[in-house]
Amino acid sequence: MSDTAPTSSAPPEPEPSTEFAVKLGAAQRAGGLVVPILTAVLAFLAGGIVVAATGHNPWIAYQGIWDGAGFNWLFHIPWDTNTIHLDAFNLSQTLLTTTTLILTGLAVAFPFRCGLFNIGGQGQYLVGLIVANWIGISFASWPTAPHVLLGVVAAAFAGAVWAGIAGFLKATTGAHEVITTIMLNWIAIWGGQYLFGQGGPLQNTYNPSAPESGTVAPSAHIPVFWGNPVLQGLDYGFFVGIAALLAFWLILNRTTLGYELRATGFNPDAAAYGGINVRKKYFQAMAIGGLFAGLAGAIDMLGYLFQFGVLDVQASQIGFLGIAVALLGRNTAVGVGVSAFLFGGLLYGTTRGLNPNVFDPGLAGNLTSMIQGLIVLFVGADILILYVWNARRKARLPRILQPEAGK
Amino acid sequence: MADENGPVLELRGITKRYPGIVADDHVDFDLRRGEVHALLGENGAGKSTLMNILYGLTRPDEGEIVVGGTQMTFSSAKDAIEAGIGMVHQHFMLIPVMTVAENIVLGVEPVRDGVLLDEGGAEERVRELSKQFGLAADPTALVSSITVGQQQRVEILKALYRGAQILILDEPTAVLTPQEAGELFGIVRSLKADGKSIIFISHKLNEVLEIADRITVLRRGKKIDTVSQQGATEEGLARMMVGRDVLLRVEKVPASPGEVALEVRDLHVVDERELERVRGVSFTVRSGEIVAIAGVDGNGQTELVEAITGLRRIESGTVTVGGREYAGHLTPRMMIDAGIGHIPEDRHRHGLVLDFNLAENLALHDYDKPPDSRLGWLYPARLVQRAVRLIREFDIRGGGPLTFARALSGGNQQKVVVAREVARNPVVLIAAQPTRGLDVGAIEYVHRRLVAERDDGHAILLVSLELDEVLSLADRILVIYEGSIVGEHAAGVGEEEIGLEMLGGRKQAVA
Repeated sequence: MSDTAPTSSAPPEPEPSTEFAVKLGAAQRAGGLVVPILTAVLAFLAGGIVVAATGHNPWIAYQGIWDGAGFNWLFHIPWDTNTIHLDAFNLSQTLLTTTTLILTGLAVAFPFRCGLFNIGGQGQYLVGLIVANWIGISFASWPTAPHVLLGVVAAAFAGAVWAGIAGFLKATTGAHEVITTIMLNWIAIWGGQYLFGQGGPLQNTYNPSAPESGTVAPSAHIPVFWGNPVLQGLDYGFFVGIAALLAFWLILNRTTLGYELRATGFNPDAAAYGGINVRKKYFQAMAIGGLFAGLAGAIDMLGYLFQFGVLDVQASQIGFLGIAVALLGRNTAVGVGVSAFLFGGLLYGTTRGLNPNVFDPGLAGNLTSMIQGLIVLFVGADILILYVWNARRKARLPRILQPEAGK
Repeated sequence: MADENGPVLELRGITKRYPGIVADDHVDFDLRRGEVHALLGENGAGKSTLMNILYGLTRPDEGEIVVGGTQMTFSSAKDAIEAGIGMVHQHFMLIPVMTVAENIVLGVEPVRDGVLLDEGGAEERVRELSKQFGLAADPTALVSSITVGQQQRVEILKALYRGAQILILDEPTAVLTPQEAGELFGIVRSLKADGKSIIFISHKLNEVLEIADRITVLRRGKKIDTVSQQGATEEGLARMMVGRDVLLRVEKVPASPGEVALEVRDLHVVDERELERVRGVSFTVRSGEIVAIAGVDGNGQTELVEAITGLRRIESGTVTVGGREYAGHLTPRMMIDAGIGHIPEDRHRHGLVLDFNLAENLALHDYDKPPDSRLGWLYPARLVQRAVRLIREFDIRGGGPLTFARALSGGNQQKVVVAREVARNPVVLIAAQPTRGLDVGAIEYVHRRLVAERDDGHAILLVSLELDEVLSLADRILVIYEGSIVGEHAAGVGEEEIGLEMLGGRKQAVA
């Protein structure tokens, strides 16, 4: 080679090495799909062992959960109408929970892509619930469309503001979002108990002794498209959940905002160097995350809850479950969708959907908690496993594949 | 080892294959008693794989290792150590919370009363060794409290303590200051005088010529040749390393400076601890010239560049770019739009988002403008189009627009940064240590590119710790010492003079 052509002045590259690096990267990305699936399978296996240890047949238990979640409906042959109504109902209930979990999952996943860990989904969800309840009761004379729309928008906005507080504190003072969102959760929980409690501003007007909210006016009910509206059918909020998944993907991958958020999440120093206002991105990422959670609150309140009590405020966990959904879903749109469906089925299939004659519901509830816990544990561990794997890989591979080997 | 002149070590036909690549392809290597044998090659030439094989960390697919006339099979580093081989890795393997002596004897501790660590004995033994080889080291000091240069000595002592006759030094100067490197060479010479044999791995030509008796060059896993230090030249070695002629000295015509493109006036900058790091720096850079800032690391160069590029707050002073004055609170966005291109000193921290692909990385300053995006809507296909063009134009190898930046070699990563900054046609291009960690071919590329940009009429501010680089590229040289410019020279100034100023030898400020 001559040195006259400027284009030939590059150092000779070990071409095959990059090919290998690319292969390795692909394997890791494939691992990004394999690992969560393996995680879930392992968690179910471990759950099965515990079920067996209690003297039950794990196969029957899981089949009970499967049927309870309504998944069997998907496999019904058309003319078998024997249990189809119950199964369809179960599936609609699973999807109802799935919708909420998609949104609370996105509330965690979105800020995560900007390098922030939003533990405050529960608080943002509650704020959304409260605002939706208030709007749903207040404008009872309105027609359905604007009333629902106002409730949903106001609740989403409230969720965004709630998370935005944590984002703002992060941006201006550097206060860690994990700490502030946990604090905001408690403020929302106690706030909700006060508002719905006896003598609270949002307590119902018809039974002063009951510490619960008023009931959302029929005009603010999100219409049901599958099942009986009286029996808590599946409402159009489901499509909001699906649309949110799409929006999540579009924002991150097809907008300049998403580019900025991802750059900040991967490397805030490089993002700042590139001209991105990193602090502003922290605020925006949190606010949009909170918007998803607020949306979840609105859709639950206007879709099927219509009313919420102090005890419900204390017992609600769905926002926290969003963390597990996001982690298992690897903070991607498809991942969150799939893991929300899995958790939705698990949640409903082990509780109200479960036939108590098939499997003891008490045990089933614990099984759910266990599987959830194991999944979170395994997802945490898989970060550890990847870390160890990478360290091993670094030690094993020839120098050629390590960038900056000369330093 | 009875034979005085026979090789103490021979590697015959060593071959190591990894999926998709042959890291070492039938490499022969021999080492004589009391010699320094340099192993020279670019990043990825197979030097480290070869040494890992010799040290028992990797098993070869083919070939044999002969130590002192006996054929050996090493299945772990322990076997290699027992055969009298010691290795000092690039990244030290010391335990920071333990003392120097404890680290040195770790694993082969002298024992007192059967079970107890004989600390006094250990320290005594370390002192003896230090004295014998002229390696000053305080055995009772904690490793966390000593300098990198001293830590390296501890690593060498550790190998000697284990009875090493053959010492492998893997890029030993990469982590050292020039002064420490000088001291290391002294140590290497005294080890040699004591009859130790040393394998010195490097990709730096000048130091190899300074320290080695013989030099073996590897390229893409193949041994190119072994030559004696006598008669070897930098040019000849570079040719063997890269496989073609390499211009070590940058060829350039005299500059024809035009308008002032960048003017910095009385700039003061403090660091995170509120210490003043830049103390009233003023200078100008004209279009069509390269102005270099020379200085020892840590004299305010980093803060100066960060201030000019908007990454760090300015205490007082002004920056004028293309006739527009900026003062007060600068942001990176402001300075990018003002026409500053910036090749940052740490390409992993600032220059690249390693988990972004090349298309995304190349768009880092322009993603928010048409044609990349409109009204906040991003067009990834257009990012890819730009990347395709720049990858071709800047000869970026090792991947396409959708390859992650992480997967590229250091040299090609730097090309991505250079491509992005140069392609924006900046008024001023600031290149901070643009060749740090790059090998010969990539260094040549960056140098040529900078000169080409200069000839194209751009103003270039080069900040470098490498005096060679400063002297060969700059049209004007400013010397920075403790945050002040202490000297200004035209090109052609002697190395001695600048070297002296860099160390604060002449402190009066230049008006």
